[in-house]
Amino acid sequence: MITFEGVTKRYPDGTVAVDDLSLQAPTGAITVFVGPSGCGKTTSLRMINRMIDATSGRILLDDQDVRAIDPPTLRRGIGYVIQQAGLFPHRKIVDNVATVPYLLGWDKKKARARAMELLELVGLDSRLAGRYPFQLSGGQQQRVGVARALAADPPVLLMDEPFSAVDPIVRASLQEELLHLQSELHKTIVFVTHDIDEAIKLGDTVAVLRVGGHLAQMAGPATLLSEPADDFVREFLGKDRGIRRLSFVPAKGVRLGSTPADLVVDEDTRPLGWRSNGGLLPYGTFDPERDSLRAALDAALLSPNGTAIAVDGDGRVIGVATRDALDEVLAQHATGPDEQAREPDGEAPVTDPKRAES
Amino acid sequence: MNDEPLVRWDWIARNWDNGGPSAIKTLLESHVVMALLPVVFGLLIALPLGVACARWRWLYQPTAGLMNVVYSLPSLVLFSIFLSVTGLTQSTVIIPLTFFTLAVLIPAVVDGLGSVPEHVRQSAVAMGFRPLRRLLQVELPVAVPVVLGGLRVATVSSISLVSVGALIGQGGLGNLFIDGWQRQFYTPIVVGIVLIVLLAVLSDGLLVLAQRLLTPWSRARRRTA
Repeated sequence: MITFEGVTKRYPDGTVAVDDLSLQAPTGAITVFVGPSGCGKTTSLRMINRMIDATSGRILLDDQDVRAIDPPTLRRGIGYVIQQAGLFPHRKIVDNVATVPYLLGWDKKKARARAMELLELVGLDSRLAGRYPFQLSGGQQQRVGVARALAADPPVLLMDEPFSAVDPIVRASLQEELLHLQSELHKTIVFVTHDIDEAIKLGDTVAVLRVGGHLAQMAGPATLLSEPADDFVREFLGKDRGIRRLSFVPAKGVRLGSTPADLVVDEDTRPLGWRSNGGLLPYGTFDPERDSLRAALDAALLSPNGTAIAVDGDGRVIGVATRDALDEVLAQHATGPDEQAREPDGEAPVTDPKRAES
Repeated sequence: MNDEPLVRWDWIARNWDNGGPSAIKTLLESHVVMALLPVVFGLLIALPLGVACARWRWLYQPTAGLMNVVYSLPSLVLFSIFLSVTGLTQSTVIIPLTFFTLAVLIPAVVDGLGSVPEHVRQSAVAMGFRPLRRLLQVELPVAVPVVLGGLRVATVSSISLVSVGALIGQGGLGNLFIDGWQRQFYTPIVVGIVLIVLLAVLSDGLLVLAQRLLTPWSRARRRTA
């Protein structure tokens, strides 16, 4: 766990980058720092591995004050992924990945063997190992950056806008890959981004920071969407909060009806379309075991009759969700899933008291 | 001398290796030594000095200013100054030329270190490099293409400037020019020019080759950067 205790960073010119920040990034989870530029998110991140030292306050890494550890030693125990990958242009990919093992004094053979393992883990062809960074695409370089950060198997991973310099399609796949990796590795990750959608997609916990380094709200993504602490957070979250929140509601609770006669399926009961006079009409499907309510709703909107087709993992029809069935679940979640789930005296979302008063 | 051919091959054959101090071969050898030693010394001095200038920027302006003043002095003036210190020896040429190469090499080292992208430097820090190791294993290697660029300029200009030393009797191949002018005999002049140009082209070629071998990553980096 990473704990910020009243951390402030003030520069000699008087600028306050981070103001009295207190929060915890839980072990084995992804904590995202998100906010507009100038909100101190990167500064906060860099204070963890002491690339920047706090003016006051403490940062604890599992109860140990980071200020008590010699910076290079501290950094070798913390993975770091930087925006433009920051690969060493003069080193081959395999040696880039093996950077921290080399620094830790592993022998070359062992370090390279570990690097090859990691290249595979992040989904890179082992033939790239002997190339130089310039010979790789931006997305591939970023994967190498992640592999390099993981090379010495650090428990903590700091990621500073790692995917912001790649195009949206590559970014989406890198995000998926990170979530997949995390489901296996369970690192304590602090991830900085200015992209609220990325924050909501990746974060187990999202800390929204406002300019001047104040924590505006810290909460899980669903809570953030349903209960923004103030206007700043609401505005920062942007439009469609209600719809986006449905991404966090599993579709499992949707009542399924039997397959209507006008749904045409193939011999494996995979859907082909809705029967009509002019031929087959388009349709939408969702998997109640895996998809969210948002996906179910989307499936309904894709069908001219407003009925979403539920399928199993192999794409076979297992039933349909009518508009009424979806309405029932939507009604349950209209006030937000967290308000129902929360204990009466449960913890309110973390808010900035100064802002709440005004 | 109107009927005289521009180049008299028999003179070259006789004087290539005549055993005396004015043999072309001897002059060529001393030319190489006097031209290349300043480059070697210059590099050895410019590396630490350039690193210091890059590290403490306030040091750079006065250092670069001083080097530029030295560079602006006609080489002959500088040779004359050192003549009173080191006399009629090769040092009188080698020391001033070392200063000239410094004027090229110190900025090359500073610019080279400046060419290290900030995200590369940052990530080296974040990986846990200590400053000296970061300099030796990341920053200087990444600076190599720019430093080698400076080294090429310094080498070629040093090869050409040695000739001026002939005016104090230490000019390597430059002595051929004086000999030729004094006797109105063009063969030594042509030989001197050809050998100096060949020397420059050869040295430059070797440095380009070294750059290819040392920095296989650099050509393309410029393409992508």
